[in-house]
Amino acid sequence: MTTVIEVQDISKRFTIHHERNQTLKERILHPRSGSSEIFDALNDINFSVAQGETLGIVGHNGSGKSTLLKCICGVLKPTTGQIRLRGNLAALLELGAGFQHELSGRDNVYLYGSMLGFTRKMVDAIFDDVVAFSELEHFIDTPVKFYSSGMYVRLAFAVAVNVNPDILVVDEVLAVGDERFQAKCIDRIRRFQREGRTILLVTHQADTVRAICDRAIVLDHGNMVADGPVTDALRIFRERLLGDMIDHRPGGSGVVSIDGLSAPSGSFEVRHGSNLRFDATLSCDHAVSGNLVIEVFTRTGLLVSRNDAEAAPVTLRPGVNKVGVELANVPLLDGVYDINVGLVEPQGATMLAWREKAASLQVLYDGRSSGVVGIESSVTQW
Amino acid sequence: MDEPSAAEQRSLVASPVRVVSARASLRTRLSNLVARRELLLSLITSDIRIKYKGSALGLFWSMLSPALTLATYYLVFSVFLKNGIPLFVVYLFAGLIVWNMFQTAVSSATGVIVDRAGLVKKVSFPREILALSNVGASVIYFVIQIVVLAIFLAIIGHAPAWSFLWLLPISFLALYLLTASIAVVMSAITVYLRDVRHLMDVVLQLWFWVSPVVYSYENSIAPALRVRGLTALYFINPMTPIILTFQRIFYVNTTVRSTTTGLPLHILPAWSMATFATVNVALLAFAIVLFLVALVIFGRLEGNFESEL
Repeated sequence: MTTVIEVQDISKRFTIHHERNQTLKERILHPRSGSSEIFDALNDINFSVAQGETLGIVGHNGSGKSTLLKCICGVLKPTTGQIRLRGNLAALLELGAGFQHELSGRDNVYLYGSMLGFTRKMVDAIFDDVVAFSELEHFIDTPVKFYSSGMYVRLAFAVAVNVNPDILVVDEVLAVGDERFQAKCIDRIRRFQREGRTILLVTHQADTVRAICDRAIVLDHGNMVADGPVTDALRIFRERLLGDMIDHRPGGSGVVSIDGLSAPSGSFEVRHGSNLRFDATLSCDHAVSGNLVIEVFTRTGLLVSRNDAEAAPVTLRPGVNKVGVELANVPLLDGVYDINVGLVEPQGATMLAWREKAASLQVLYDGRSSGVVGIESSVTQW
Repeated sequence: MDEPSAAEQRSLVASPVRVVSARASLRTRLSNLVARRELLLSLITSDIRIKYKGSALGLFWSMLSPALTLATYYLVFSVFLKNGIPLFVVYLFAGLIVWNMFQTAVSSATGVIVDRAGLVKKVSFPREILALSNVGASVIYFVIQIVVLAIFLAIIGHAPAWSFLWLLPISFLALYLLTASIAVVMSAITVYLRDVRHLMDVVLQLWFWVSPVVYSYENSIAPALRVRGLTALYFINPMTPIILTFQRIFYVNTTVRSTTTGLPLHILPAWSMATFATVNVALLAFAIVLFLVALVIFGRLEGNFESEL
């Protein structure tokens, strides 16, 4: 496969002005008084993306993921290093950033298209598709200042996906529109994947990455800490996120860890529809209370269930604690599932401890239904 | 849904590689500008559309407002102050179209990057296109005004200097590049020093009054400088030779008989066509270099836009 994006030794350094000397007078009177700080948003990032790949870029807030994306799109210039791109690229960094409020939807489609680097002729060819996708047939000649925010975003998204770019860059914008429009967007992204186009997706929603991406890279404070299959990358992302939170906890001497899960029967094997009991072992160096989070995933990375943590409060004593967990009437069908366990603070849901893939759950099912969960169904002929 | 055919999945092996790096060479900057000419055109048309959106007279304003300025200056200098220049309207018109093009472009481009920070921070395109689109819009107004001037000359039956007409495109190109250079550099400087915007208003006013638009070249300090052999000083202002060329082409006469005193009035320098040609070609060469320098300066300044906007 052809490499379409090559990121080579990219670093980006920002100078942050704490006191802005914006006016001429201030600059002349106090040429160096405003303190400024150097902030390295990205350090020596290297990776490449092959044609047809869908790459997720994950990281917590301030990890540099948006900076990296902006460098790839050419909105920011890297301080050092270079990025080599093949094919045309459409970026959805902020939907409708290029719209002119006074102009009609029609004029804005052309203007936005030319900003994305497409010619008038190319936009002519897809204009009807854009309008159909955005579902704004009746408003296309209305100035966009009269649009609702949803209409605005729909139009922008419609342009970007219909110009059929070779590389589509999406920054946390999938959370727009109503559920039906979101489904349509995801659908379009899947079609892009089938067409062999390359997609870069930045998000901090692990579920989105799991659902769409083939591969993910993880950024942490401007450094790339993982590059690989989605499940591995997400595990590292979670661990980093957690490590970060422990570091930043006030008086952070206390560390809670989840040592493991053990089943009384010795194995995590359960028959469809029956109950599973297991114990979680947690240790900590001072008393702490929190809520237990239990997630069940399929091996393909689909979240099957996350419990209501509010309903699972635990209080830990210093030392080693055992907490009993029961999963009732497991509705899963035949297969192997992963269990993640975490402990979150009662308020604010800050993560205190997390263990990814704490156990694998084997579900036995004799029936002939297929899928992830068994929904009892019966057919009656009237 | 329509599934893609195999042919649609084009391979990108043969596609050219684009490079994003800290500093682009002048050659890349120029080729990027050429590649994005469609964007320049759509920005120009949208600029003009927005400017006259909702106004009943629309683009007609781009003729009306210069016409009102023209009428004012005519009233003040020809009627009240009785400068005695015959056909003073033509003289004024020729100089004003040059000045209007320069002034509207530079004053609108100065704040354009600051005003459109949202776009600059979110969409990738050569940023100098924003300033160039303002220059482009004033070129459109310039063309409209020059058509009006031509019609006006036809009505009053005043023929331009046909033999000098070939200098017009050279002079215009020099004007365009000069305007574009200043517009591009000013748009970038304003990002760092917001005061420049207000300063520019004052500078442009001053600049207007040191250029021979409402008074004649021979009535300025130019003759005094010439006596001391310092004529070159007067031409430090690059607008002067362009304005003089336009006046020579459209007003034609270098010496006229005053309408008030009946004495001969020297209005334009009595240069030969060769002199005009040399001055214009030299200015064009200067403007080309200036434009390239402006792009380089812009490229240097552009690197830190994101921490200032």
